[in-house]
Amino acid sequence: MSKADSMNKAASEAASESPTGAEGAHELGEAGAQLSTAPREENAIGGPTLGVVGWIRWFWRQLTSMRVALILLFLLSLGAIPGSLIPQNSVDELKAQAFKDAHETLTPIYEKLQLFDVYGSVWFSAIYILLFVSLIGCIVPRSWQFVGQLRGRPPGAPGRLTRLPAYTTWRSETEPEQIREAALALLKKRGFRAHVAGDAVAAEKGYLREAGNLLFHIALIVMLVAFATGQLFKSEGGKLIVEGDAFSNTLTQYDDFKSGSLFSTDELVPFSFDLDKFTGTYERSGPQRGTPRTFEAAVTYGRPGEAQKKAVIRVNEPLNVDGSKVYLIAHGYAPVVTVKDGKGKVVFKGAVPLLPIDNNITSTGAIKVMDGYRDPKTGKKTQLGFKAFFVPTFAGAGQGNMFSQFPALDFPVMAVTGYTGDLRVDGGLPQNVYQLDTSKMKQFTVGENGQVAQRLIPGETMTLPGGAGSITFEKEIKEWASFQVSQQPGNGLALAGAIAAIAGLAGSLFIQRRRIWVRAVRGADGVTVVEMAGLGRSESTRLPEELGELALTLHAEAPTAPDTPEEPEADEAAVPAEGHEK
Amino acid sequence: MIIAAATNESLAQMSNTLIYSSMAVYTLAFLAHIAEWVFGSRSKVGRTAAALTAPAAAAASVTVQVKGQAGSTAVLDRPKVVTRAAAGRREVPDGPGAAGGTVKGDLYGRIAVSLTVLAFLVEAAGVVTRALSVQRAPWGNMYEFSTTFSTVAVGAYLGFLLAKKNVRWIGLPLVTTVLLDLGVATTWLYTESDQLVPALHSYWLWIHVSTAIFCGAVFYLGAVATLLYLFRDSYEDKLATGGEPGAFARSVLERLPAAASLDKFAYRINAAIFPLWTFTIIAGAIWAGDAWGRYWGWDAKEVWSFITWVAYAAYLHARATAGWKGRKAAYIALIAFGCFLFNYYGVNIFVNSKHSYAGV
Ligand code: HEM
Repeated sequence: MSKADSMNKAASEAASESPTGAEGAHELGEAGAQLSTAPREENAIGGPTLGVVGWIRWFWRQLTSMRVALILLFLLSLGAIPGSLIPQNSVDELKAQAFKDAHETLTPIYEKLQLFDVYGSVWFSAIYILLFVSLIGCIVPRSWQFVGQLRGRPPGAPGRLTRLPAYTTWRSETEPEQIREAALALLKKRGFRAHVAGDAVAAEKGYLREAGNLLFHIALIVMLVAFATGQLFKSEGGKLIVEGDAFSNTLTQYDDFKSGSLFSTDELVPFSFDLDKFTGTYERSGPQRGTPRTFEAAVTYGRPGEAQKKAVIRVNEPLNVDGSKVYLIAHGYAPVVTVKDGKGKVVFKGAVPLLPIDNNITSTGAIKVMDGYRDPKTGKKTQLGFKAFFVPTFAGAGQGNMFSQFPALDFPVMAVTGYTGDLRVDGGLPQNVYQLDTSKMKQFTVGENGQVAQRLIPGETMTLPGGAGSITFEKEIKEWASFQVSQQPGNGLALAGAIAAIAGLAGSLFIQRRRIWVRAVRGADGVTVVEMAGLGRSESTRLPEELGELALTLHAEAPTAPDTPEEPEADEAAVPAEGHEK
Repeated sequence: MIIAAATNESLAQMSNTLIYSSMAVYTLAFLAHIAEWVFGSRSKVGRTAAALTAPAAAAASVTVQVKGQAGSTAVLDRPKVVTRAAAGRREVPDGPGAAGGTVKGDLYGRIAVSLTVLAFLVEAAGVVTRALSVQRAPWGNMYEFSTTFSTVAVGAYLGFLLAKKNVRWIGLPLVTTVLLDLGVATTWLYTESDQLVPALHSYWLWIHVSTAIFCGAVFYLGAVATLLYLFRDSYEDKLATGGEPGAFARSVLERLPAAASLDKFAYRINAAIFPLWTFTIIAGAIWAGDAWGRYWGWDAKEVWSFITWVAYAAYLHARATAGWKGRKAAYIALIAFGCFLFNYYGVNIFVNSKHSYAGV
């Protein structure tokens, strides 16, 4: 390759897509430098020769290079894959447990590799922390560099404008100074930053590209900080409420509660609400019969000392009370039952929430009578328990199955089995309210043939043998809804970061950064030679168009000299096709 | 109440008929495209080889554009702009297109485009009647996603044609995949027209799902361009190094746009859609915040959207990194689109995700 060729190559590299092409543009002088703030690629792979400090510096330069950022981005997406294929503890603990039970050999290996907690694992965290360190290490110097560029001026024109990717020239009788002034005014009017440097006007436009790119990367950091704050300070509690019941937002009222490590309970927003009514509707016909159509929870809520307000919570519409959000999570039925003792005294009356076990809301649960019941024979204090199996739409007697046919209350039936003895609720052991521990209880038989369960329709009563009392399935069947109350600071910050990221991206991808030079010098024959050239960060058809348009406008003020000589040497700009050389 | 807005059976029926009709018309368009390629193969222009192997190639590296079509060279009253391509790029002219400059090929090409327009209108009508039959956005299950998806992809292609972009070369691969997509949709993914489950009752459905479908459809065009770029690039490479490409490659790849043009087309599409894809994910997160009480929960769908996003970001980075641009960046772009596809088919069908209610 001849020297001229290599210079040509360097010049045209400046116009390649790559910001590192600007390196090649060093030979263009200042002109091609710093069209972007992207970090320079170090092609030398070998390590440093200087001791520890040298190594650290080398390591840092590697970490903050584009190449390593690219590799880390790759690793991040690769690392995210297993978490989507293996059940995660944090997403669905039951499913994860089922997987562990089913795969005895794999489980210990997976557990070692933290594959059940991918997104909180050491290795996944290491990738994204490295990536963000790289990002910060990249963004800080780039920002400084950009500020420097903003404070400086566009670089002066290179010696030979013909080498630039878009070029035009003509001869004019207008004075060079006049042309430069006209060009300066024109470029400034078009929003270029322009100044006269020597015999040429230097101009640059599209700084928003770089600004957008920096904004985008900074927004990524902001979003990460927002996520981290959210994780540390969040709280999330679940509560099941039967129609007509109330909830107030204190720790003790929750059925279950999780919080971030920096959360403190006095951050719970004080408010309360009553569940007035829950409404669920379902598709009545067609192949999707039984699919839910609406779920609505009507509530009355308020903060202490303030007027109560009405609201409806839907699946996509949580209630927001001062940053605490109340979500509708699940629902089910709570039949009202009355339990009487042998003397006819009511020992229990209330709605008993039952847990659905299928999509048609076949439900199960337990009714526990803890106090106030005495054994009819001995007169001693004892307890009663009932297992309840409930279907909102019964298939009909003799249909051979007790599962619900439809989720709405079309034909409610409840099968009840009674027990007496010790419910074992006083032992201090936490106990599931929906299950009965019958290990210390005796089952009642209720039929002539030794049956234990009896099917009831609303209004019916099952009498317990031996004057032990009765249980009535009342006509009223309530619904319950369960709610999740969550508080997560940092959401606003995350959203702001996200919006900034999109805005930055748009600026960074749709704006083209480019430089234009206009040189006007008096030729040997006394006629002014006007040369215009443009250089963009990437090759673009828009740049020659823009240059042509600018040239046209300038040409109106500095028309072509009448005796147009032969065309400018197009050959001068000719380069051998590089592909040909390769 | 919602129950009142039961599905309108006759509209639903009409929608199905329209979708089937569009498949028939797409099939005709497919055949017309085949005819275009076949007749086009009779041209023996070989422009790429000439540009790459002739010693005169150097002269071709300067294109002279006369701004404003000044016409004669006698009085040059307007400055003309001389452009030079970057180094490392072969100065190769775009191929002549499928028709190869033949009259017959061009005729069939035009017929194919007209049929595609017709098929597009019929398919779009099918999607709209489906929406009308249920009075909601037609994006409640995979059948509906798939039909909208191909409608948008074809719409985007026709939009490019209308804007006089050089995209007719996409015609055949696009129509082929649209037929595949519709075939899969009508046979395996078909779901009766119906109402939505409560979790989908949100205006975010309109925002999030429409942008997701749009992104996918346009990313698809970018992926086709990237794939063709890879073929065309190795073809040009072979020619430039004095290799002897096979007859099929010579005939078909010769007629495609230059590798640099395909690459640029793919880049522009991917870069333009990337911010919209970012928006789609953010809109999804906001919706998840309303629907499930957390805006990000590493659900399979969320994970794969994220992976797709990171892969496209990696592609954009690769194009700015020495040693990665060109073919390597193109592979990343294809991987990124593969992630998008997996997120759609793979996650909906094979992976248990919170998004599974969307229905297969
Ligand atoms: C968290 C990980 C990152 C993500 C998701 C990300 C994403 C992106 C995206 C989408 C673009 C395209 C915008 C454009 O082309 O102008 C971009 C460009 C860029 N990024 Fe990153 N980035 C990340 C980390 C980094 C790091 C660590 C560096 C520093 C080494 C970096 C340096 C750059 C540069 C210089 C550009 C401009 C490329 C060009 O000029 O075309 N990024 N980034």
